[in-house]
Formats: sequence, structure tokens, C-alpha cells
Amino acid sequence: MSTPSSFDEFLDGLWKQNPIFVMVLGMCPTLAVTVSAVNAISMGLATTFVLGTSCLLVSLLRHAIPKQVRIASYIVIIATFVTVVDYAIQAISLDLYEALGAYIKLIVANCILLGRAEAHAAKNPPLPATTNAIGMGLGFTLGLFLIGCVREILGAGKLFGVALFGDHFQPWVVMVLPPGGFFVLGFWLITIAAFRHFNKKRNAQLQGAQP
Amino acid sequence: MSDTQEINTPSFAMVRTLGMVSVICGIIIVGVYQFTLPAVNANKKLALERQVFKVLPNARKVVPYFATTGGIAVAEDTDKAPAGSVVFYAVYDAADKLAGIAAEASSSGYADQVRILYAYDVAKQAITGIGVISMRETPGIGDKILTDKAFLQNFEALDVHLSADLQGLANAVKTVKHGTKTNPWQIDAIAGATVTSKAVGRGINESAQNLLPKLVPHLDKLRNPS
Repeated sequence: MSTPSSFDEFLDGLWKQNPIFVMVLGMCPTLAVTVSAVNAISMGLATTFVLGTSCLLVSLLRHAIPKQVRIASYIVIIATFVTVVDYAIQAISLDLYEALGAYIKLIVANCILLGRAEAHAAKNPPLPATTNAIGMGLGFTLGLFLIGCVREILGAGKLFGVALFGDHFQPWVVMVLPPGGFFVLGFWLITIAAFRHFNKKRNAQLQGAQP
Repeated sequence: MSDTQEINTPSFAMVRTLGMVSVICGIIIVGVYQFTLPAVNANKKLALERQVFKVLPNARKVVPYFATTGGIAVAEDTDKAPAGSVVFYAVYDAADKLAGIAAEASSSGYADQVRILYAYDVAKQAITGIGVISMRETPGIGDKILTDKAFLQNFEALDVHLSADLQGLANAVKTVKHGTKTNPWQIDAIAGATVTSKAVGRGINESAQNLLPKLVPHLDKLRNPS
């Protein structure tokens, strides 16, 4: 992140091309594991790790991998790091492992990963490739976290497992069920799209005002 | 890479690349597996002990065993118990006396397998507590089996004594409709969560029918393990 360009690479995934809110990728874990903020962050960080390491390796091997076998190679590389994360989470906490369930293994099928490897890491040197991948991963984490917070607060009356309201709070059970994932995702997509829209309008106005 | 280069990529180069990628990935996976194995096993043991301590509060020590029709033996590794055997845990209290038996029961619930751990009281010949190992039941409905006080009362002393010939339970454990429990071997279902309640009953019945006839004749071995 020493040069401005690599910082731009980093910010790309975090905001400008946020995988969830702008590219709308990786919806399977987005809807499935965001019932609590902790699950969302863990899933996001696991994906970030897989993204960063697999893009680094893809970038290092980019001259050695012939085009014809690139997809097979990328998938093997991604699957390797998914397995690494799978063992690491089992070693850290079995409760978390149970909570994330099959979705850790399904990181391998997350289109953000193959997309990054194919569209960016295969064409760029290791540093920008990794920076971009980590930016994307953290953007994904941010998206999951925003959804997870809303669902946990409304669906369980808690945040990070700490009760926020008194005993009289009646949880919105729908929020921790699959439909709740769609509601909250839709809410955030609208909010962020509206924010971008007004921002763009204001910028245009500002530019118009200045001769 | 231009189109002409693509066509000219020799087959050997492709095989070599895939071989190289596989070797690198293989080394990484095996390395991480070996490195995390002790922590994973320690975690599994801890998780099991935590579950056991929940269903048998005065437990201090947990020893895994497996039971076959021929008898019971200490299981060094519960994953490697012989086929057809049942794994259970002998639980000892602070004075090293047998506090009870814990075993797993599972049955398919509304969403997925409901896996529970139950405590068997040797003297009462009854199930005295249950805890959930894993389930994916609907939050707020099926997961009440953990929190519903009336439901948990079923497991203060759920009768599972063996029939006179020791071949099975004298009375099969059965989940009955909410409010119709009349016998100590029946489980009063949670209204609105019948499928999950039934899964608990079915799981316990299957597990107890299978385990207790193999276990009860050998209880002395557990009382004096040496």
C-alpha cells in the first residue's frame, strides 16, 4: 500500500466494487451465514484469507500456468486454501465450525474467488494481486457484517451475543430465517444505491456550479 | 499469451503444471492438517466434556467406551470403534465413583439430523438430562427443545428400565401429543414443535434400545474400572 495505485486497488473491493453491494456476488454465504455478527465476520475473514492466499499463489504461478489448464489449476489452489481454513476454524472453535457448517467448504464455489483469480491475479504481479484480493475480501466481510448486525439485533435482540434489550423484547424470528436474509440484503442494496445516486447527483451539481 | 502460443502449448507442459500445482497444494494441505490435528482433537474432547458436564453436573472425569454384544471396552479413539458397536461415555464424579452414563442419540428432525447427548442414571434406570450436540431446527420453534421448561421436565426421570430378559426396554420411549403424557416413559411434545420433539424421542428410543442391553450386564466393570 506504499504507492497510491495499490491503495486504490485495495479500496476498489472495499467500496467502489464491493462484491456484495455493487457486484452482487457470493450470495450463497451472504444469505446463509449472516444470522449473527460473529458468524458474518468469521465467514468474511475466512473468505478474505482464501482470497489473499490463493490470489498470491495464482499470481506467482501466472507465467507457469498454460491457459488451457488455468481453471483447473485455480480451482485446485482455491480448494487447498479452503481446506486450510476448514482445519484452522476447527482448531480455533468447534462452535464456530458448527455454526458456519457447510458454508466454509462452499467458499470454494464462491464466484468472487475464481473471478478474482481469473480477472485480476492472473494478469498482475503478486503485490497488487494480493492487495486487490484482500480489499475484495474485506469488502465482502464489511457487507456480511452489515447484514449480520441488522439480523442479529432484530432477530435475537443481541449484538455479538450481548443482549441489547430487556426481557420484554420479542425477537423477530423471521430475521434469522432465510427470508430475513433477503429483506436485510434488499434494505442495504437500496440504502447504498440511494447513497451513491445522491452522491453522484451532488458531484454533478458541484461540477456544474464551477465554470 | 497470444493465440499462436496457446496452440503450441505442449501437452507435457500442461501435465507438468497441473502436477506441480497438485504437489504444492498437497504439501500445504498435509502440513496444515498435521499442524492443526492436536488442537482439533483437544477441541473435540473439550466440546464433548462440556456437553457431558451439562447433562451430568457433578461429573469430573469422562472415559469413552464402546459396547458390543460381547461386552464393553475402553475406546482409545471413538472414531475407530468396531463396526456395530455403540460408543458411550462413563462419567465419574469427584470421588471417582460412577456418576452416570452419557450417550449420543440422533434422529432426523424438521431440517436436519437432531443430535443429542443424554445422561443415563444407573441406579434409577432412567434418563436424567439431555443436551443438544447439533441441530438446524427452526429458530424460535424447533430449538425450544433446549429451552422449553415443560419439555425439559420430561427428562428429569424418563423411565428406560430394561425388560426382564434384558433384550430391550420394558417400555419403548415414545413422544406423545402435548398434554397427553401419562407414563414415565413417555415424552410430552412441545405444542407447535412436534416434529423436533418426536425426533428427540425416536433418537433416544433407538439409542437406548441398542445400547442399554449391551451395557447393563457389564455395569460392574464401569463401577470398578481397575
